[in-house]
Amino acid sequence: MADYAVPEIQADIKTPALAVGTMAHLTPYPAVEKHMVPLGFPDQRVSNWQEKGIEKLGEMLKKYRSLQVYMDICVKCGACADKCHYYLGTRDAHNMPVQRAELMRSVYRRYFTPAGKLLPGVVRAHDFDEEMLNKWITYFHQCSQCRRCSVFCPYGIDTAEITMAAREIMDAIGVGHKYSTEIICKVHDVGNNLGIPKPALQGTLAFLESDILENSGHEVRLPLDEEGAEVLLVAPSADFFSEPHIQSLMGYAKVFHQAGIRYTISSVAAEAANFGMFIGSFDQKQKIAKRIADEARALKVKRIVVGECGHAWRVAYSFWNTLNGPFDFLDPRYPVPQHICEFTHQLIQRGALTLDKEANDDYVVTMHDSCNVARASRMGEKPGGQFEIPRDLIRASCHHFVEMHPETTHEKTFCCGGGGGTLTDELMDLRIQGAMPRVTALTQVMKQNKVNLMAMVCAICKAQFSKILPMYHIPMETVAGVHQLVSNAVQLGAKKGIV
Amino acid sequence: MLTILAYLVVGIFVVGFIQRIGLYVRSPAPLKIPTTPAPTTTSGVVWRLFTEVAFFNSLFKGDKWAWVGSYAFHGALVLVLIRHLRYFVDPLPHYFAYIQIAGIVAGIAMVGGLGLLFLRRLLIDRVRYISSLADYLWLLLLLGIGTSGLLMQFCFRPDIVHIKAAMMGMWSSSQSLPMVMLGDFIFLAHLLMVAALVVLFPFSKLMHLGGIFFSPTRNQVDNPREQKHVNPWAKY
Repeated sequence: MADYAVPEIQADIKTPALAVGTMAHLTPYPAVEKHMVPLGFPDQRVSNWQEKGIEKLGEMLKKYRSLQVYMDICVKCGACADKCHYYLGTRDAHNMPVQRAELMRSVYRRYFTPAGKLLPGVVRAHDFDEEMLNKWITYFHQCSQCRRCSVFCPYGIDTAEITMAAREIMDAIGVGHKYSTEIICKVHDVGNNLGIPKPALQGTLAFLESDILENSGHEVRLPLDEEGAEVLLVAPSADFFSEPHIQSLMGYAKVFHQAGIRYTISSVAAEAANFGMFIGSFDQKQKIAKRIADEARALKVKRIVVGECGHAWRVAYSFWNTLNGPFDFLDPRYPVPQHICEFTHQLIQRGALTLDKEANDDYVVTMHDSCNVARASRMGEKPGGQFEIPRDLIRASCHHFVEMHPETTHEKTFCCGGGGGTLTDELMDLRIQGAMPRVTALTQVMKQNKVNLMAMVCAICKAQFSKILPMYHIPMETVAGVHQLVSNAVQLGAKKGIV
Repeated sequence: MLTILAYLVVGIFVVGFIQRIGLYVRSPAPLKIPTTPAPTTTSGVVWRLFTEVAFFNSLFKGDKWAWVGSYAFHGALVLVLIRHLRYFVDPLPHYFAYIQIAGIVAGIAMVGGLGLLFLRRLLIDRVRYISSLADYLWLLLLLGIGTSGLLMQFCFRPDIVHIKAAMMGMWSSSQSLPMVMLGDFIFLAHLLMVAALVVLFPFSKLMHLGGIFFSPTRNQVDNPREQKHVNPWAKY
């Protein structure tokens, strides 16, 4: 492992004194031709990139009300400044949400407002020059689009919208990020972000089936491409291969088994994730999401259930209907899509599952709310269901549950540090430092309440924490999916479920 | 002079403001992006926006000092503006006597709030870093307006009867302002600063006044599964 500077965890999350450029060195790997061209982007930086970039910004302003309004109305009160986990972790001035947005606003003022054209010095308007573009590349890839800033902004200015627009503008002039573009190409080519081909997927699922059989004595199925199933399960592809993700996948399978509801996974849509959101492209979001709708039709299912993945749930819950709806070919008695937590929650309420809390007696559990679930979507019928439903599942599965500091959970939750297209090795410094607020809150409950398990419903959070927590001397095994707890607790064969 | 100035100032403001709001109305909101938990009904959204505008509750969550300063300023500004109606209404209804006291207290609160916001901008390293010259100038302009108003109230009273006559006649004929006492000159400065503020309003961050109602994270209903939200420019 390379030598990384890991912040020392303090007793509380403190707002650091401002520093300029501590993260200026951290640039993302540039996208290459073979990943840009298939997505309809230029193969390299276009020669008239300044002109094209400004033109694209003008086009974006006309397409996105959010962008136009958010360019205009920020009063620079600074309420957001100390709310970003990346600012708290890195101290870098450009990681204050307002200052990140200023990178675009200063260009906007220069070319689109009278004040910026006439008095650039007074209003801080700036040319879209090489120096500015470099700042865009650096700092618009140091935002995880977690929207924590938008909670505290008096006007709800959402930096995620600005970051997405900036990335779309950069893609349009041929300056992309390798990580996101490469993964989007994989999802188009193979059907999932990890590039897992069908035979490998089949092998994994068969292995998991025999694993569950061996450990529990029950034939729990993980079916692939089965036409006519009741439910299409769309999980993040990490659930098929990574720890601890795979534990949750087994949890879903056991829930379906106990409920007696036939489901299937699709090899073409074996991925809930949609990195189209990270690069801000509506077209890519739509295209990536479409293959799931198409598969649901082809497999003649009645419901679609989405696995534990934060941004995927945002895209599915908030965007699917707009992107590829209406889903009138599915059973109207169920919401489209349904989150696996909603699905399991309903079954528990109807008495279809028997859960043995003692199975998790080794754990004192806390819950990390994932940003896209907490601030950009919902579960259940009431606002805030996205907080209550996963917690209900945890409480139903274990005896010992404690909350972290209230300023770090629910809508005020801190990003894991790896969301929004930052879960890549070259941004490791950012990921480590950005995790500091969450690790601080976790450390508090580990000390006070002997917490040894942090449950969550996001594949990126799980991957990020599995890598980062050990650097802070917290065991990797602390990271868990909510359905991992369900998986441990659910009694197979206790009583047959009801449909 | 006064008539031309008044028409010009109000004209620029109205046209500029409407043009800006028109832009917000016309630009589409392609996706559902309310910051959740969000209301699931339209009336819920109206309530959410009302609480944002009436109580600044997001800012309250975010920054207590900024909230104190800006709430004092904005709340007081509303009262001060109501009190100023007395200069444009004739004959004056009797209840204006009650508003008078509140308006004067508010004038002090307004300057106090602005002072706090100015100090915040200077003293907190993060806020100082993000502040441009324009951000300070706006506060100074507003402080200038407030202070000149207070000066006229407490120290150098202008010939208010004459001024009111000029104001009332402003829209029809060209009435001249009295230029006798020091207070009269302070009044002229007060008026010109207000004119500058009103003219620049639509071209500045002061557009947060109208813009907040168009912020998709605050004005959208959280019902994407129940109702298909259509993106007008999507290729379906």
